[in-house]
Amino acid sequence: MINRTIYLALAVLIALWVIVPIFLIATLAFSDRASVFAWPKGILPQRFSLETISFFFGVTGVGKAIGNSLIVAGLTLLFAVLLGAPAGYALARYRFAGADAYRILILLTRAFPLAILAIPLAVRFINLGLYDTPLGVALVHTALALPFAVLVTSSLFLGIPKELEEAAWTLGCNRVQAFLKVVLPLALPGLAATAIFAFVISWNEVFAATLLTLRERTLPAFLLTALNDSPLPFRFAGGFFLIVPALVFIFAIRRYLFTLWGIANR
Amino acid sequence: MRSERYIPYLLVLPSVIFLLFLFAWPLVEALLLSIRGSEGWTLEHFQRMAADLYFKDALKYTVLLAVVVVPLQVILALCMAMLLGGISRGRDLFLYVWTIPLGISDLAAGIAWLAIFTERGYLNSFLQALGLIHEPRLWLSYETPAMLFLAVVAAEVWRATAIVFVILVAGLQLIPKEYSEAAEVFGATPWRRFWRVTLPLLMPSLQVALILRTILALEVFAVVVALGGRNLPVLAGEAYFWYNAYQNPGVAAAYSVLILGISVLATLLYLRLMRPRQEVVA
Repeated sequence: MINRTIYLALAVLIALWVIVPIFLIATLAFSDRASVFAWPKGILPQRFSLETISFFFGVTGVGKAIGNSLIVAGLTLLFAVLLGAPAGYALARYRFAGADAYRILILLTRAFPLAILAIPLAVRFINLGLYDTPLGVALVHTALALPFAVLVTSSLFLGIPKELEEAAWTLGCNRVQAFLKVVLPLALPGLAATAIFAFVISWNEVFAATLLTLRERTLPAFLLTALNDSPLPFRFAGGFFLIVPALVFIFAIRRYLFTLWGIANR
Repeated sequence: MRSERYIPYLLVLPSVIFLLFLFAWPLVEALLLSIRGSEGWTLEHFQRMAADLYFKDALKYTVLLAVVVVPLQVILALCMAMLLGGISRGRDLFLYVWTIPLGISDLAAGIAWLAIFTERGYLNSFLQALGLIHEPRLWLSYETPAMLFLAVVAAEVWRATAIVFVILVAGLQLIPKEYSEAAEVFGATPWRRFWRVTLPLLMPSLQVALILRTILALEVFAVVVALGGRNLPVLAGEAYFWYNAYQNPGVAAAYSVLILGISVLATLLYLRLMRPRQEVVA
């Protein structure tokens, strides 16, 4: 019984460690300017105000940056699932020469520092007309999300019994029909989780996005380049706005979290 | 079925082409950028990198951060994973809250901790409330590298421990309960069961977590920029500055090749040091 209490107390402590910084930055984001600069600060919010948040959204370029972030993340989601899911399906359903080599290729890509991709691509993208375009950034973000998409979807399809598909074949479906009518509906929630995951990878990425854009910045790239000469309220509101999707995202995929990461890292 | 042999290759092909275009090609390009000058092959970029004012500190802080942050994260995550086994009520809620940082970016984490460490931030307010200081103190300046370093460590541990935690919990789920139960029958204490049974069986997951986190720690960038600008130089930050501010892709590529080199070394080291020892398992 004493043990249980200690466990619970420790668990609460860790939860607080996670929550407190989020709470504090949320407090600042919903305070007025004076409270943000106040000294000393109380832990609890002083005055609720939308001044800081509306100031953030009012800054020139923020709206466009959010739009760019959404476009880039949307493209990344699309590419990662469209390229990754077929490969995941192949790994799950077929034994073919080269499957192991392909798996190793996928794992190797995880060991690449982003700088090694972003710098040469920034140089090349200028020639290809991809520099400073959402498409160019989305391509690099897809490179980050694709290994996940392949490994996760492969474990997803492995979890759907092959017998179901074979039953559909004997009932007169061809392969494509069997996949669309039997496998896809079962895989859909997991595929959605994979897609959300790819979206968040892109939404959060800053290094490549900053190097590959100049005017078409994504939100993190915009924030990063504006950090040094922007007032604290702007930074705090921006930081808070970046965090919000994380809360939603973890909640949305919580059932798949351990499958996603557990398998994706093997 | 013989005629359908090509199907898996057809399914895999688009991703292979993509990976060649986005990984193999940039890798070769980065190497070429770093060793090719205006007059053929050269080590000029590496020499300029090594001679740069920020280089030594960048290398020092990057390696130091990885050495401090990664073990902290693994130990904390291991404690959290074991703790989870002892919690019955509210397990799902704790899982949700503990894993929230998974979705938080390094930039956002840096800004969140900036709110704490900045001059009129919560840390100074707290210290003032305790009566330890009277005036706001600067923690993130050029003159306080130790405190700036600690702030980055705090933000990184806060943000990225969740990843290690999830990997370890997933690994724990793969270990059959019978092993631990058998050890219990033979009278092993919980502590002994952890050291002799759970930990060795968890080795593959630990290895994955260590490799992944070390590689990511060597790329640390946005957290540092958000907290201290260039006051705490790191390798990825220098690559960024050399490309963006100095418009010198050669030296930037040299930095990125260096990061890759250290990452590969660290990975090989982990693979060598953590070879699964079969006799322990058996």
